[in-house]
Amino acid sequence: MGQALQRAAQWTSAKDGSGGKLEFTKINEELLNTIIKFLEGFSSKYPEEAKLVFKSPLTWPSSLTPQTMSGPGLSEKGDDLVSDATERDIPLFALKKESVAYECSAMTLDYCEQVLRAASDKKMHEVRACLEANRDPVVNMLGERFATVEGDDNSIFRFMEEITKEIEQLAKQSAENEGNTEKQQELDEKKLVLKLRLSLLRLDQQLLNQSIAHITKEARLTPVIVDGEFNILRDLSGADERKYVLESIEYWGDGYVFKNGCRAHPQRQLHGDIAYIEARPFDGNPLYITANTSGYYMNKGPDNRGDLDYEKEGDSYRDLVTLLKDKSPHFAEAIDKQEFSLKVQERDDHRVPDSKVHDVGDEDDQEYSYRQEQRRQKQIIEEPEKDQKSKKPQRKKKLEPSLKWKTLGMEEYKEPEKRSERAFKIKKKTSSSRLKSKTPLDAEDTFSESSTESEEEEEAVERRSETNADLPSEYWQIQKLVKYLKGGNQTATIIALCSMRDFNLAQETCQLAIRDVGGLEVLINLLDTEEVKCKIGSLKILKEISRNTQIRRAIADLGGLQTMVKILRDADKELKCLAAETIANVAKFRRARRTVRQHGGIKKLVGLLDCSLTSPVQHSQQMKNETDDVEVARCGALALWSCSKSRKNKEAMQKAGAIPLLAKLLKSPHENMLIPVVGTLQECASEHSYRLAIRTEGMVEDLVKNLNSQTDELQMHCASAIFKCAEEKETRDLVRQYGGLDPLVSLLQKTENKELLAAATGAIWKCAISPENVQRFQELKAIEMLVGLLNDQPEEVLVNVVGAIGELAKATPNRLQIRKSGGIPPLVNLLTGTNQALLVNVTKAVGQCAEEPDNMTIIDKLDGVRLLWSLLKNQNPEVQASAAWAICPCIENAKDAGEMVRSFVGGLELIVSLLKSENKEVLASVCAAIANIAKDEENLAVITDHGVVPMLARLTNTTDDRLRRHLAEAIARCCNWGNNRTSFGREGAVAPLVKYLKSGDDMVHRSTARALYQLSKNPDNCITMHESGVVQPLLKMVGSHDEELQEASAGCIGNIRRLALANEKARYS
Amino acid sequence: MPRPLESKVSKSEVERLLLIHRDHSKPRTENKKGFFIDRATFNAFFHKSFCFTDTIISDRVFRVFDKDNDGHISEMEWIRGMSIFLRGHLEEQVKFCFEVYDMNGDGYISREEMFTLLKSSLVKGNQEEDPDEGVKDLVELVIKKLDFDHDSRISLNDFKTGIDKDPLMMESLGPCLPSPETMEEFSALISDVPNDGGMFKGKMKR
Repeated sequence: MGQALQRAAQWTSAKDGSGGKLEFTKINEELLNTIIKFLEGFSSKYPEEAKLVFKSPLTWPSSLTPQTMSGPGLSEKGDDLVSDATERDIPLFALKKESVAYECSAMTLDYCEQVLRAASDKKMHEVRACLEANRDPVVNMLGERFATVEGDDNSIFRFMEEITKEIEQLAKQSAENEGNTEKQQELDEKKLVLKLRLSLLRLDQQLLNQSIAHITKEARLTPVIVDGEFNILRDLSGADERKYVLESIEYWGDGYVFKNGCRAHPQRQLHGDIAYIEARPFDGNPLYITANTSGYYMNKGPDNRGDLDYEKEGDSYRDLVTLLKDKSPHFAEAIDKQEFSLKVQERDDHRVPDSKVHDVGDEDDQEYSYRQEQRRQKQIIEEPEKDQKSKKPQRKKKLEPSLKWKTLGMEEYKEPEKRSERAFKIKKKTSSSRLKSKTPLDAEDTFSESSTESEEEEEAVERRSETNADLPSEYWQIQKLVKYLKGGNQTATIIALCSMRDFNLAQETCQLAIRDVGGLEVLINLLDTEEVKCKIGSLKILKEISRNTQIRRAIADLGGLQTMVKILRDADKELKCLAAETIANVAKFRRARRTVRQHGGIKKLVGLLDCSLTSPVQHSQQMKNETDDVEVARCGALALWSCSKSRKNKEAMQKAGAIPLLAKLLKSPHENMLIPVVGTLQECASEHSYRLAIRTEGMVEDLVKNLNSQTDELQMHCASAIFKCAEEKETRDLVRQYGGLDPLVSLLQKTENKELLAAATGAIWKCAISPENVQRFQELKAIEMLVGLLNDQPEEVLVNVVGAIGELAKATPNRLQIRKSGGIPPLVNLLTGTNQALLVNVTKAVGQCAEEPDNMTIIDKLDGVRLLWSLLKNQNPEVQASAAWAICPCIENAKDAGEMVRSFVGGLELIVSLLKSENKEVLASVCAAIANIAKDEENLAVITDHGVVPMLARLTNTTDDRLRRHLAEAIARCCNWGNNRTSFGREGAVAPLVKYLKSGDDMVHRSTARALYQLSKNPDNCITMHESGVVQPLLKMVGSHDEELQEASAGCIGNIRRLALANEKARYS
Repeated sequence: MPRPLESKVSKSEVERLLLIHRDHSKPRTENKKGFFIDRATFNAFFHKSFCFTDTIISDRVFRVFDKDNDGHISEMEWIRGMSIFLRGHLEEQVKFCFEVYDMNGDGYISREEMFTLLKSSLVKGNQEEDPDEGVKDLVELVIKKLDFDHDSRISLNDFKTGIDKDPLMMESLGPCLPSPETMEEFSALISDVPNDGGMFKGKMKR
């Protein structure tokens, strides 16, 4: 314990010659506690060691009195208390009166323990006093040789050697002259000393470990740590509340850094101050923080004269982030997001090709994100320089103490990055003028897009003229103009801008020429000037050339969007219009859309929509003003249309109150206004909240009204909006009520406009989900027209046409109509296609048609069932399921279905193998199909051979009611062969089936009862059922209104009962 | 025969404009009556109020204001000029600009006139290149944009047609109309309602 006391314990400096005192610190307290624990119970654990007499007594001023100590073996001598046992004439324990207080001296640990016991709640005081009086108690106890020394302490080894030597000696001696008891005793005592020493050593170690644990917890701040934390936070500070965690963070003071890294005044450094930090959170007053070696804490901030009041306010914190998290809720919220975005950035930079792990659900999106990934890969190839530059800060960011880093596995990805850098160094030369991206990539958004993006957007191929050899003359002229733009005053700039517009800006050579001679930078910089005319001129050019995808990217990379978003607040309406139109062009790809949102553009654009705002100006100008406002609103809607392709933007629009404004604009009589408005609406209708709003804000009526417009584009967007909104029943009803079904059907005649056709057929498809609408479509003879569209249409149209036919075919007259108008052959024909969405719809439609025996004859003739069957092999579970569903009515209605099914080579094996699918819908549909197949005994025999029984049994544990229903049905049917009943019982299918009776679905009950009835024909199954408590629920089902259910339940109970009777009979006979 | 003043400038505004005229003018000693602004005061006033930094342009504006070419601007000339300068219709302002640019008043803007006007519009960055070369280029650009009858000079008709096609060309030879900001401030100064929102906005911008 010597080392621990000397090093770990915190002593006050020895002042008055009386030796130091133990400070009242936490660490000391814990040390003392451990020592107390060690002493208590020492005598019982080591009785001999406890009795070992010390070399010299431990003496300390005690708070004890003889009264508290007195006990057997102790006798009072005057004021003193002395033990009867003595050693070398010194009592083993003494409590002597010294002036006022008592002085305690003890010669064995036993007595020490007694003292502690007597001291009860003053134990700590006693031990403290003892240790303060005896800085190295081991010396007193075991002698000088065990004194605590600096450096190697080998006293124990020497002692051990001594002992072993003596033992050898003793052994020799005892061999010579019959033992030497005195020596023996001495040796024993030495052994005892050694033991005690060892246990004390263990205590020492324990104490040291403890204090280390403490000390490490109290690691002190250093200027380097402070700087590190400060720099990280400064990187995360800025004006934008949504992006940054703090508005600003600065060192307080004159900025002088002392040699030791501290920024505080030397006289404050004496107090441990390192630096003072002024942090401005977005919420609340600036925080003045002292970075002290002991931690961060708030001080009282500068007083009136600008001097800092150093006084501590509130708690100390281990790190700056924790302190700020406590003080600023915004910070706490934002810092977590920061960690995420940082992480993502890191990931982006390393091009981790794992973006697919996110479950998007949407096929297109996944593919899309993959493409995005590829594009990024490409980008990194294009920008090796930038990447290298950005490397340093990345490393710095790693300082961020976030566990999330670990999960990145960054190290793994460094290698490929380097490789790609090396491989494409050659390309570097041509792309050295490549622009630094001002719009940060962050993948948070990557998956938020709706699937409506056009393909070409992201695949913008970088085409660069490699040589200057055959550049068109425009190139040189544009270069000259850009020179004047750069080096001219306002007048020259305007001339150059106007002249530039005389070029054919729709031509790619001109567009790229402007970019390649650095014109984009200048044009975008002009937007930041005060000159309205220059801004207008510049935007007019940008608006034109931003039709080019590469230019769009370049504009976004140069930070043009940020400036344009700012311009949206300008007073000049023409300027606002141009900015909005340009944004509409640029925001055709997702990074741009995100930038617009992140810079508050959505809110401003939504603000533009509010066009009733007519300022009270002269009457003659009123008209002009209003038309201007309408134009502004139109441009705003255009920009929102582009932006609304991102889900987050849709949310932002909604938050900004776009819906009522759009609803108002939807009443506008101008078609050029309606197109962007309806376009935006149909884009947004992918979100449930918008669909609801479209319905409740009464927009359906306007949409329907505009279906009758003369403009194809407007009609198309309206139909498309209805297509998306009609997912909801209420909307479908509204469409009918406003008479929207008629124009939709009449749109089917516009066969030359495929987009319009796709939208209209889509709307019909979704509207046809409501039976009332089906009625109306029937009256409008939609079926004939739809069937007419089954030939020679692009897939987008076909998907919807077939979807609509499938929905309409739910009504019997329509099924007849399909046959009459010759719809079945083209439908069956489409079964050979590859488009998954189309296949899902086609199989559905064919399945519906097959409900009609007459239709089935045609399908059978066309070999449709075989085609359906082969679709079971499709990769897409949706196609598999819908094919299996379609097979059910086919088998039901086909003549000689058993023979037909058998004729498909390997067909039965295939369908049984689908029972291994993970997809519930596939399983349910396949069960339904198997139930139908099993009607034919021969086929049942075949599928039994393919092991259908154990596979069905394995599925019985499901909780999905749809699957349960068809599964029970399949089991019921499969019981009719061989010893399948027994097999089901053996495979443990019976007990789970009984549980199905508790389901809330009547259809499940019915099929389950049937299955149980079938299974109950086997006595073992009856026993299992009975044990699972089947009787009660079955009895209830007997009372059901469903006759089939009644019958099956009663049959099952009957079987169980019969078994019981037979049993009894057997017992008594 | 003086035409009636344009109604765009209200009576009270006219009064304020006259006050401004009075503030900046000195009485003439000769036999003519009334108050007059001389060229230097005029230039200083336009520099202060409308940020006209180019003295060539200021001089030309003065000339256009000074209908009787006596080197002084009378009250009538002042009101007439300012009403077009501040509130003129597009056509009036086009004509105004044209007159400003047509330095010798011959009804055409010649190459030489353009060269003079554009002389200082390019920053002399590159020593090697002839700075005049750039200005000549600019002149050619303007000719290309505005000379519709291909006579190497710009008539008022050319100018009008050009601006119809591209309104930005209005001040293509130098700013000679108030910018939106200075316009706003000056309007506030002379406007009927003293605590007009425009005034406030103007201050905000500062």
